Amino acid sequence: MIFSEQWLREWVNPQFGTQRLIDELTMAGLEVDGSSAVARKFSGIVVALVESVEPHPDADKLSLCSVSNGEESFQVVSGAPNVRIGLKVPFATLGAEIIENDNSKPFKIKKAKIRGIESNGMLCSAEELGLAESSAGLLELAEQAEVGTNVREYLKLDDTSIELDLTPNRGDCLGMIGLAREVGVIGRQDVKKLDVVENISTLKDEFAISITAKDACPRYLGRVVRNINLNVVSPLWMQEKLRRSGLRSIDPVVDVTNYVLMELGQPMHAFDLNKLDGQIDVRFAAENEKLILLDGKEVELTPDTLLIADTSKAVAIAGIMGGLATAVSNETKDVFLESAFFAPLAVAGKARSYGMHTDASHRYERGVDYNLQRAAMERATQLLLEIVGGEAGPITEALGNLPEAAEVRLQYSSIKNLLGVEIARDEVKDILQRLGFELNGDDGESLQVLVPSFRFDVSIEADLIEELARIYGYNRLPQTAGPGKQSFRSKPESHSSLSRIRQQLVALGYQEVVTYSFIEPSLATILFPEQQFIALQNPISADMSVMRSSILPGLLSTLKYNENRQQDRVRIFETGLVFRQKHGDIEQTAMLSGLISGKKLPENWNSNNVMSDFYDVKGDIETLISLGLETNGYEFAAADYSCFHSGQCARIEKDGVAVGHVGALHPAIQRKLGISSSCYLFELELAPLQDRILPSAAALSKFPEVSRDLAIVVDRHSPAADILDNVRENAGEFLTDLRIFDVYQGDAVAKDKKSIALGLTWQHPSRTLSEDDINTIISNCVNGLQDKFNANLRN
Amino acid sequence: MADPDSLLAEALQAIEDSSDEKSLESLRVHYLGKKGSLTALLKSLGKLPAAERPAAGERINVAKQQVQQSIEARKSSLIEESLSAQLSDEIIDVTLPGRRQSQGGLHPITITIDRITSIFESSGYDVAEGPEIEDEYHNFEALNIPSHHPARAMHDTFYVSPGTVLRTHTSPVQVRVMEGGKPPFRMICPGRVYRCDSDLTHTPMFHQVEGLLIDENVSFAYLKGTVIDFLHAYFEEEMPVRFRPSYFPFTEPSAEVDMGCVSCAGKGCRICGHTGWLEVMGCGMVHPSVLEMSKIDATKYNGFAFGMGVERLAMLRYGVGDLRTYFENDLRFLRQFN
Repeated sequence: MIFSEQWLREWVNPQFGTQRLIDELTMAGLEVDGSSAVARKFSGIVVALVESVEPHPDADKLSLCSVSNGEESFQVVSGAPNVRIGLKVPFATLGAEIIENDNSKPFKIKKAKIRGIESNGMLCSAEELGLAESSAGLLELAEQAEVGTNVREYLKLDDTSIELDLTPNRGDCLGMIGLAREVGVIGRQDVKKLDVVENISTLKDEFAISITAKDACPRYLGRVVRNINLNVVSPLWMQEKLRRSGLRSIDPVVDVTNYVLMELGQPMHAFDLNKLDGQIDVRFAAENEKLILLDGKEVELTPDTLLIADTSKAVAIAGIMGGLATAVSNETKDVFLESAFFAPLAVAGKARSYGMHTDASHRYERGVDYNLQRAAMERATQLLLEIVGGEAGPITEALGNLPEAAEVRLQYSSIKNLLGVEIARDEVKDILQRLGFELNGDDGESLQVLVPSFRFDVSIEADLIEELARIYGYNRLPQTAGPGKQSFRSKPESHSSLSRIRQQLVALGYQEVVTYSFIEPSLATILFPEQQFIALQNPISADMSVMRSSILPGLLSTLKYNENRQQDRVRIFETGLVFRQKHGDIEQTAMLSGLISGKKLPENWNSNNVMSDFYDVKGDIETLISLGLETNGYEFAAADYSCFHSGQCARIEKDGVAVGHVGALHPAIQRKLGISSSCYLFELELAPLQDRILPSAAALSKFPEVSRDLAIVVDRHSPAADILDNVRENAGEFLTDLRIFDVYQGDAVAKDKKSIALGLTWQHPSRTLSEDDINTIISNCVNGLQDKFNANLRN
Repeated sequence: MADPDSLLAEALQAIEDSSDEKSLESLRVHYLGKKGSLTALLKSLGKLPAAERPAAGERINVAKQQVQQSIEARKSSLIEESLSAQLSDEIIDVTLPGRRQSQGGLHPITITIDRITSIFESSGYDVAEGPEIEDEYHNFEALNIPSHHPARAMHDTFYVSPGTVLRTHTSPVQVRVMEGGKPPFRMICPGRVYRCDSDLTHTPMFHQVEGLLIDENVSFAYLKGTVIDFLHAYFEEEMPVRFRPSYFPFTEPSAEVDMGCVSCAGKGCRICGHTGWLEVMGCGMVHPSVLEMSKIDATKYNGFAFGMGVERLAMLRYGVGDLRTYFENDLRFLRQFN
């Protein structure tokens, strides 16, 4: 909300300046977002009377005027279309200065010749004074304006527009009266009482009102005003106040309702009385009911929408916007004014559901003082009659179920408990009373507090204590280190922290990335054509419209982004949730994914730096797996999975359950994505990777190790993992190490064969293994390999 | 009998001429070995008259010792020569770069979350995590934000289906922790959150760290102490911190926390919008209704909650200018944090 500082000061005028006012508001929880001067800086501009106007002899669009400042007359050339005899206008005298903004130099008014005629000053428009973005002619001042008066003073232009960013609980501050109350408490100053002229009705005319929705509409006031004249404009003082509050002047009726809205926070509406049929009823919408709103938009009303209706039709959505058919227009002679209280719950969310947000809905959703409607009606009527004339009928009031004022018990001890500080009881009472709370008794231990009808956000003791803290000052409250309880936290050792896993990847040369959880559906489909993705109902854009079922699309996009920036060696990883639909439920699983592409090592003077391949990324995964101290549960098996190269992809299993994949990106996908070099990807479930066994130390054997090598020739498609398993089965319980130290395919073996060289090591805990022991074991191993793989020993 | 002196002279010359350890060894055998020529002289002493024997023996032994010493000396000098030859052969250019894997690194978001986490862990806070696709109950209702509440408009919510949202804050994790345990609680929950908003100062995904402390007799003073101590620890600087009344449906009283601008020391600059203050977190005393909805006895327990934006803290700490760079993952940007 934007308000004029001067307008506020009409209600309460604290003894501090603008900046202090802004700071105090912010520190009381009414955050000031910004402030700006309401006019340009200028001097030497006075109210002048146009005494004569003649055409300029040499220019069609210019006039030759004589204006008076009350003491003498000046000849001035003006180009304004609305210049005329008798008009009172701002007149920049010779020597006057106008400063457009803080960065510009003053514009000085000098004696000038315009098309050969001397001009001794300038007649000003609203734009030139900084009162409007643009103007079509001179700013017309009121007839009563005293000639010679300084325009700055006359228009009270030494004022600031202050913009507040109010939190949704403070609907009571959406009007000057509420704001003044706050400032009154802050400055411990009394606030001007609302003073309305009552009983100004001269007509007997009433328009009947009934309320069907009694909970949704607890109070509805109406009044007939006849014979108004809409061919006038609102007075400049009102236009200025509205302008400084961020509202444009429309016509006197709208301006008056807006003025009351800004002054009291009470939204009002005016209907064209002659377009209303029968009587007013406040009710919920019927099935299939429609209404064309003031902005010309037709809406289909939902049955939970509260309406103002007449006998034959809906005429407004309560608390949000009026209908077009009953709107006040230039031809309107008689109006029906509405001043109502609609329950916040009946209005909340409705405007949003119709894609709207209005000044009225903004206030009703937050809560309007339910005791304010009569005063607002009187105020509006008074202003309206002053501007557009006419005669008012009596106020008609219909009541629904009015809310009951909340009563809250405030224990003095709770203040200390919650805030950690004692506030003097007199100060407690003073703060609460200035905020509008009524005190209904003090038993020495607690106060009985009646919540005013404009505070919808106070219902429990903590709310009252917040009010006290706010005004007492959050920054005066003490700060403590809290109770010094000792609490040890133990971290399970059978769990590798995510941070440990990340650090390991960093040590392996991987850079962590963070990509969006929502991705482009077309990319997701290229990678995982068989999957159903979880789509957002309201995505921010099409390329962020489905939830990722894998981190790999994000990594590939990152690779592409960096390839385009000449990064030809990429090693990246990311951890995070992926989202999948499973049996109608949403499964959210934490994954770790990585990607490598480019050379094994950074560019180096050493020559043996080749391109990374499958075994580089697999080795990195094996390193991660070994963080768990136990690698046995993990297995890699050849697999064929949508986005991977069919001959270079493994499913990663733990204890027989698939927990991830590793492989080369499918070359077709690589081409489709425009990625230039091969890349290798992996994706693993995080939870199993974090399982770790507690180390358990065994006694070391004092007896020597024995090692043997074994070279065998097998079919080239025999998986090494199976061969190792087979050897392990037959190598006896004292085998301590088994490794593959060479794999050979080439001229020395048959075309469909490969040679594998195995290294075996044994150690017995309590004796030296004999040559015979080892020979027996080796022959068992060889027999096993022959049986299973048709293996031959290689010479 | 040969003359020991001439034999000695011959031996010393030969030793002097020898060029490696091997030839030196054969000289030792030749002169001093069991069948060596000096050894032979010693054996032939018996042929001399008894009176000459001691003097002749003495001369031979001196010659043997001299040969022995000379061999030792020659040997050490040969070893020294060969070592120095090896050393000069093996000179490398130590200024050439070493051979290594590249240095990886963590994303600044992770670095920031880790830093925040370690500060709170050092004070006994647990770390909790929760789902990112969340039901409306945990994201809103359980936090005192019913469906019609104007505060819902402050959360531009992504919907997956009616009733299911992408969490708009990490606060639902507190609810889940409270539902699943018994007080006291002392925890933080870092994680991704989502809002349907994208411009210069908003990305549709960002990160928060939410904190919760529930115990007996917790006051706002304790909240202030905790928040101020944390900010001082995080920024390693005792900048001023101020609390402004604010509004969150799930806390009462609620506050926004501003800290003195770390960039200009409060003098006012572009980063703090010339106010000298930076808004860094929201906090407050947990609303009794929130406790009750999570089945916690609000007459016995109370506590505080706070929430901060990770990107914002990282920006202030590391001078990141544009929020969107976090998610572009340009390696040249990320490597600056390695």
